[in-house]
Amino acid sequence: MSTASDTMLYLDGVSVAFDGFKAINNLSIIVKPAEMLAIIGPNGAGKTTMMDIITGKTSPDAGQVLFDGRTDLTKLDEAAIANLGIGRKFQKPTVFESHTVWDNLEMALKKPRGIFAALFYTASDADVARITEILETVRLYARKDELAANLSHGQKQWLEIGMLLAQDPKLLLVDEPVAGMTDSETEETAKLLREIATTRSVVVVEHDMSFVRDLGSRVICLAEGSVLAEGTLDQVSANPVVIERYLGR
Amino acid sequence: MLTQALFRALDKKAIWVIGIFLAVAALVPMANLLIPPGQFGHVPTYLVSLMGKYLAYAILALALDLVWGYCGILSLGHGAFFALGGYAMGMYLMRQIGSRGVYGNPVLPDFMVFLNWKELPWYWLGFDNFWFAMAMVVFVPGLLAFIFGFFAFRSRVTGVYLSIITQAMTFALLLAFFRNDMGFGGNNGLTDFKDILGAPVQAPGTRAALFAATAIALALSVLVCSMIVNSKLGKVMVAVRDAESRTRFLGYRVEYVKLFAFTVSAIMAGIAGALYVPQIGIINPGEFEPGNSIEVVIWTAVGGRGTLIGPIIGAIVVNLGKSWFTTTLPEFWLFALGALFIFTTLFLPKGIVGLWTQFFGARRAKAEQPTAPTPAQSADIERGEDPDSFGDNPQPKPAE
Ligand SMILES: Nc1ncnc2c1ncn2[C@@H]1O[C@H](COP(=O)(O)OP(=O)(O)O)[C@@H](O)[C@H]1O
Ligand SMILES: [Mg+2]
Repeated sequence: MSTASDTMLYLDGVSVAFDGFKAINNLSIIVKPAEMLAIIGPNGAGKTTMMDIITGKTSPDAGQVLFDGRTDLTKLDEAAIANLGIGRKFQKPTVFESHTVWDNLEMALKKPRGIFAALFYTASDADVARITEILETVRLYARKDELAANLSHGQKQWLEIGMLLAQDPKLLLVDEPVAGMTDSETEETAKLLREIATTRSVVVVEHDMSFVRDLGSRVICLAEGSVLAEGTLDQVSANPVVIERYLGR
Repeated sequence: MLTQALFRALDKKAIWVIGIFLAVAALVPMANLLIPPGQFGHVPTYLVSLMGKYLAYAILALALDLVWGYCGILSLGHGAFFALGGYAMGMYLMRQIGSRGVYGNPVLPDFMVFLNWKELPWYWLGFDNFWFAMAMVVFVPGLLAFIFGFFAFRSRVTGVYLSIITQAMTFALLLAFFRNDMGFGGNNGLTDFKDILGAPVQAPGTRAALFAATAIALALSVLVCSMIVNSKLGKVMVAVRDAESRTRFLGYRVEYVKLFAFTVSAIMAGIAGALYVPQIGIINPGEFEPGNSIEVVIWTAVGGRGTLIGPIIGAIVVNLGKSWFTTTLPEFWLFALGALFIFTTLFLPKGIVGLWTQFFGARRAKAEQPTAPTPAQSADIERGEDPDSFGDNPQPKPAE
């Protein structure tokens, strides 16, 4: 791969093994500012592990992981990486179930994360307006005072996307966002992500091919921890190796 | 900023609890001092001290609840912070004895004369001053908790492992304080107190004042805890309790959140210990007994953790039971306590307060849920084998 300058995310030669099993194998990926990248690939290909590496949950055995062309992410922990401006939506939706929908967003809202800042925090009018706006975007306004535990699976997905928006990150990592959503919700999600990608970088992992088509972005197919094919969705899905190893299965 | 936080803290429930304890702080001493013995409404002095002891325990239980019920840190060593606060107060009281001790030494407490010590160890200096001693009541438990928490939370020790090392901490202190050469009176601890702020500790007026101070301290503790748990930081604490690693990905420093809760809690426990000692008249290493810390967990569980009133009710109810048992059926107390804990764990996961909300309206219950512990339904992120998942489980499992 070329140079890290002018990239939002730069992975070069990244490898990680769990008990000798190479989950990520010499993986190199570049995401530009305000670019969307869709990642497809069979289960166990290492898609989630790749996100674990970027967000500091797993540290790679080898390779370079740079954010914004210069910050070495392998040296930082989860909180520091989040505060740099990398937001993540998990494969299994994880919201704070004993908090209300509103409180979930308030905690995620981009504000100083210090102890005393949080202790003395009072939502400003601008904060209230921003949370309200996000609630409307993710269609949860009517349920703002309900516990997140009471949401359906699809709504939890939306709430987590809302929390991502509230964090106002520069790079969004979105792991299987449309699992458990209806077709119309899936379409809405694609629309929302496309809109977000006009100003930020977005990496989406998804199995749902019609959703990936809706995203209309560059596509990478991952298998056994490395890039199998790269290009438009049509190019990738016409690739005989991809058909054999992923689509054909 | 502070006023807004105070305003948030004073929700309806907190106002009630604070109001009740402030009223108790005034009424009980009045009933003791103003109504003559034998007349209706008189509260005997021994009862004033007994109630004062219960309220000190209530502060301790509330302190534990702040870390356990709200932040998911099951400390099995909170008795250590209580005892350290108690020792700081005891050192002040010892130095007030002056030359009235058995050996009549104007500076050295009796046990030091007995050990043939010639001068006061450096760490006893300043304890003749009440305000210095009170500063130590706050500072010593707070510093220990800060150092302990700094290393434990930074290394991401959670769940059962954390509980075990807190237990080890109090056990280590127990052994240390038993040693005569530590300079804290060894086995016998500190006792035979005479005055506090110039007033005789045994006098009914002093006892009434100590009771009032304890009730006011409890009301203030409720206020401080309410301020914390109703703030955004309090919400982050609950988030840490339910899904620790998810909270990190939002950019919060989980280790600092825990460190804050743990340190504040230890300070509250120390203050409780300082109020307890003059009312009981003694502090000895037995207060570091690991069993004591486990009892605090039981009070909190029985009353209802994750609520502000639960631990207070639990501490009072269980200790009333203990007082009754130890006078009528002393040999059965431990069995009763064990049975109570098992019963609570199995049938009353939200304690007495949970039972109350269950009976009185689903609407109230709903409003309370956000702070009440829920099963580990929020689960952990992605993979079950994540070591973090241990700490993400708010169920009351350890201590069994
Ligand atoms: N922490 C871990 N410990 C052991 N094995 C892991 C761990 N994380 C991922 N793996 C393994 O790495 C492989 C890739 O997993 P994952 O990244 O979840 O795949 P994907 O998200 O593409 O379905 C799987 O075989 C998985 O079992
Ligand atoms: Mg995955």
